[in-house]
Amino acid sequence: MLKDITLGQYFPGNTTAHKLDPRTKILLVVLYIAALFTAKSLLAYGLLALTLAACVRVSRVGLKALVRGLKPVLFIIVFTGILNLFFTPGESDLWAWGPFHVTETGLRNAVFMVLRIMLLIMGTFLMTYTTSPISLTDGLERLLNWLKRFRVPVHELVMIMSIALRFIPTLIEETDKIMSAQKARGADFESGNIMQRAKAMIPILVPLFISAFRRADELATAMECRCYHGGEGRTKLHVLRYAGRDYVALLLGCLILAGVITLRCVGL
Amino acid sequence: MPDMIQTENLRFAYPADEGAEPVYALQGVGIAIEKGTFVVILGHNGSGKSTLAKTFNAVLLPSEGAVYVEGLDTRDENQLLSVRQRVGMVFQNPDNQIVANVVEEDVAFAPENLGVPTEEIRRRVDSALKAVGMEEFVTHAPHLLSGGQKQRIAIAGVVAMEPACIVLDEATAMLDPIGRREVLATVRRLNREKGVTVILITHHMNEAEDADRVIVMSEGRPAMNGTPKEVFTQISALRSMGLTAPDTVDLLDRLQKDGFSVPLDALSVESCAEAIANALNETEREG
Repeated sequence: MLKDITLGQYFPGNTTAHKLDPRTKILLVVLYIAALFTAKSLLAYGLLALTLAACVRVSRVGLKALVRGLKPVLFIIVFTGILNLFFTPGESDLWAWGPFHVTETGLRNAVFMVLRIMLLIMGTFLMTYTTSPISLTDGLERLLNWLKRFRVPVHELVMIMSIALRFIPTLIEETDKIMSAQKARGADFESGNIMQRAKAMIPILVPLFISAFRRADELATAMECRCYHGGEGRTKLHVLRYAGRDYVALLLGCLILAGVITLRCVGL
Repeated sequence: MPDMIQTENLRFAYPADEGAEPVYALQGVGIAIEKGTFVVILGHNGSGKSTLAKTFNAVLLPSEGAVYVEGLDTRDENQLLSVRQRVGMVFQNPDNQIVANVVEEDVAFAPENLGVPTEEIRRRVDSALKAVGMEEFVTHAPHLLSGGQKQRIAIAGVVAMEPACIVLDEATAMLDPIGRREVLATVRRLNREKGVTVILITHHMNEAEDADRVIVMSEGRPAMNGTPKEVFTQISALRSMGLTAPDTVDLLDRLQKDGFSVPLDALSVESCAEAIANALNETEREG
């Protein structure tokens, strides 16, 4: 059951979206987020939704998988929508009942807010769906390289991230094993109220943490044995190189952002 | 030519609580391991065999005495990377030594650390995976492989450093019989074909059958040091150290005690069967 958890899941493929340099994709997501927060009109949101649809089409990632990514944040989306819909002050009420008011600005805000969150999440998920975790962390390290000058331990942070990704399946498997072992001794994880269920998790978390620390210790020794000594003087098996398509994609991204900014300036 | 690994009166104590007497896990080990040999270090739990292995590539530094790797002192910090590049180490749990989530990236980890140029890393990764027979799995995710396959990936990750010596610290202990066989066959091939010195730390007697040399550790000291035949025929000495002789030797010993004239040093199953057949033929002829 725990194996079904998807966290930054990657769908291997061979489309242009997959072949883009991870740095390009990260930058595009940043541009996209900037555009989403600039957009103020239905036209601008339409343009951005269309952009995402085009990207989804190119990547051949199923729309279903993308929508599934929205599930965990469904509550936040609904909550923001309701809050904006009923509690935005405005001049004329379209509808009112007790403390609840629906104003024109409220309606607009609610629709835009929900659209913004949905597009934001789907756009980011599209990146993780088409980029393997290793190239994603690779791209991140290269993009943040300049921070090293300010003594930010970029290499170390990225290494931590990629090891965390590497150990997710291992630790999930281990959790499954511990749960089975505790169930075999009569532990009950399914009944009782929230407090009781949370308490029942303690016998799982304690052994899991102990074993994670032991693993970390052994992994550190194994890494040292393979001559790991930080990021200094490290070379790479796969060197990232921008190709023609990366420049085209970045140019398109900039154009769309410019378009959204223009739309806002002319007040559309 | 200096030996691959040489220890001089090596003593090692794990850090003790303040005021407590340090307990020495190694109490004066002086051994030399020649280049290109296949050496098995045996011992029961707590005999100091794993501690000894960890001093070979400077994971642990001697409390007293010294360890030399191809003449380099492991205590010399400036030589640390050269020592670790020469002596690769494979550990018990394959899950805890695989760093990356793609096979080729994991195998490339050590050469990347050593600053090897990209094209050369590619060549080393391919040849290391070929050496362990895992070339079809280049882009697989390690957590989906079997235990034996994962351990072979771990060996490939060490082979990619191009070490002169590989130490396997109970690397077969967590594997099923098939995985164990895969790993042993892989290191034997590396030893024969590439001339890599192999040091196998284990408590499985059978894995020592065709080693060049067997060292038996007991209470932090090398208690026996010789060819498998020399070591395994000393059944009572092995028992006193909490070890049992291989099944074949045990069987021959009991036959000998029952009055059959069989040699004790037929270690492999085949040669053991042959020895018993010969003995039976003889008794028939006499009877």
